[in-house]
Amino acid sequence: MNTPAEPAVDTRPVVLLGVLKDIHNLGVLILKHALDRGGFHVVNAGAMLSQAELVNAAVETHARAILVSSSYGMAALDAEGLRGRCQEAGLGDVLLYIGGNLSVSRQNRQWEDIEAEFKALGFDRVFPQSVMPVQVAAQLRQDLGLPA
Amino acid sequence: MSAPKLAVLVDFGSTYTKAVAVDLERPALVARAQHPSTVDSDITIGLDQVLADLRRQAGGEVRLCLASSSARGGLRLVAVGLVPELTAEAARLAALGAGAKVVKVFSHELTRADVDEIESLRPDLLLLAGGTDGGNREVIVRNARTLAASRIEAPVIVAGNRVARDEVLALLRQGGKPCHATANVLPELDRLDVEPARAVIRDVFVQRIVDAKGLDRALARVDGIVMPTPAAVMQAAELLSQGVPGEPGWGDVMVVDVGGATTDVHSVAEAAPGEGLVPRGLPEPHAKRTVEGDLGLRVSAQSVIELAHARDLRSDLAQVLAAPGARERGDFLAAHTEVLAASDAERQLDAAMAAACVDIAVERHVGHVQEAWGVHGPVKLLRGKDLRGVKALVGVGGVFAHGADPWPALQAALARADLPHSLRPAAPALLQDAHYLFYAMGLLATREPAIALRLLTQSLVRKE
Repeated sequence: MNTPAEPAVDTRPVVLLGVLKDIHNLGVLILKHALDRGGFHVVNAGAMLSQAELVNAAVETHARAILVSSSYGMAALDAEGLRGRCQEAGLGDVLLYIGGNLSVSRQNRQWEDIEAEFKALGFDRVFPQSVMPVQVAAQLRQDLGLPA
Repeated sequence: MSAPKLAVLVDFGSTYTKAVAVDLERPALVARAQHPSTVDSDITIGLDQVLADLRRQAGGEVRLCLASSSARGGLRLVAVGLVPELTAEAARLAALGAGAKVVKVFSHELTRADVDEIESLRPDLLLLAGGTDGGNREVIVRNARTLAASRIEAPVIVAGNRVARDEVLALLRQGGKPCHATANVLPELDRLDVEPARAVIRDVFVQRIVDAKGLDRALARVDGIVMPTPAAVMQAAELLSQGVPGEPGWGDVMVVDVGGATTDVHSVAEAAPGEGLVPRGLPEPHAKRTVEGDLGLRVSAQSVIELAHARDLRSDLAQVLAAPGARERGDFLAAHTEVLAASDAERQLDAAMAAACVDIAVERHVGHVQEAWGVHGPVKLLRGKDLRGVKALVGVGGVFAHGADPWPALQAALARADLPHSLRPAAPALLQDAHYLFYAMGLLATREPAIALRLLTQSLVRKE
């Protein structure tokens, strides 16, 4: 059966962006732009996601990294168990990043403390709200062993 | 006056071979005929009978003869995807939209037990999806290898990750499996693309299934077994919605087809969510069909009555299902599927069951709003298709064509104050397919869409 000429498939490494439980997706939109320019096939899974939806999306898209954005300070509750779900879904070696306004009580906490909390939850990299998107893209290239 | 030029539209059903003749020049419906189905012996016997009958009634010269078929279970299809909620669901939606009967959906890697089950299901077709374009390729490749090594004989339609397509086709061909490639049903996470798969399913249906079901002999007498019957209904719904050049369509349309064993709901509507709704889950197809195997007026009569009892019996019509003897009548109908309602009480029970079928099938078809709490207050999440704005709601099936008062059953589809989260049609025009022309005009639409649209709009009876 003849099919009309199709546009080329984006074969760059897939990275998945998403926001758990929360509606605010501005961080994701900014990051999407930077990562696209940084050489990634960026898939935006959207906002108000459950962990299961995010992991399912990573399975279908064969994402090599999942980047979670959160701006409402309750990310630790939302993200708990995400690493385990990834392992269950056969994504044991997927990179997990998280960034944004990660703790409601951040004024009273050291960044190192917040970072340690999320690393203990299984995240490979934890970024504060102040991070520049290009820094995230550069870190991701390095962690995936891609040339800078 | 010269002899009329006729188009004959035939439907090979499980119980009846039905046909109508249309005068293409006037244009008008000029004859109809039906004969008990002969699919189990020689399908052409029933066909010749209805053709002869039509010729007696209408005379004229048959210019075009098209047919649909739902005989012997219709087009039985097994869908395979990766994640149940994503590519497996996309494959299922594509197959339903093509008029197939989806006998089973499998996800992730096919196991030995899965293959055994597919072999015993003996589907007519297999739809193999998995992975977005550029996404996961391991699973669809592994599934292709598994299928290639199996005894499954059904043609495989490959509609998964495009990057894996060549390898998947090569593996299947090495295993001697007939296969066809088409576009990925879920090319991106937020984009469904079911139309190309629908078209290929229909093509393969014509090429292969006809043969397997003994319809090949009938093919010699018609210009093509064009499609499975439910696909003809979908085609008519799309025609009504979209119109033809010079004759605009009606916009968003919903069609409810209540049969003896199943209730089908078709919606041809923009899937865009209403204001303030945040869509969740898989995108919805523009032309969407759902099939409810537990809702029907004969084979499924018992389950309809049980489901209606579990739901609510507040309306007057639903009270009929709670009356003494209703359950016994349901048992009787399920065992005697050919029985027609003879008394007023029996007709009323049919109407009440039809209303329950419509109510529950539409509830399963439409989208629902779920309220969640965000940081700044409530957020309304939409799952499924927002069909509140549907312009026309059409009832198809015997209960609408022959029932005493078809409207209460159709009104059971409408939005209700007690179901605020259910996005059912709010204020559509109500229409009934009083002359049983829907499938036939769907067939005719493939060749003569303008004539089909004109006859269809003329024949539908509108509630004032």
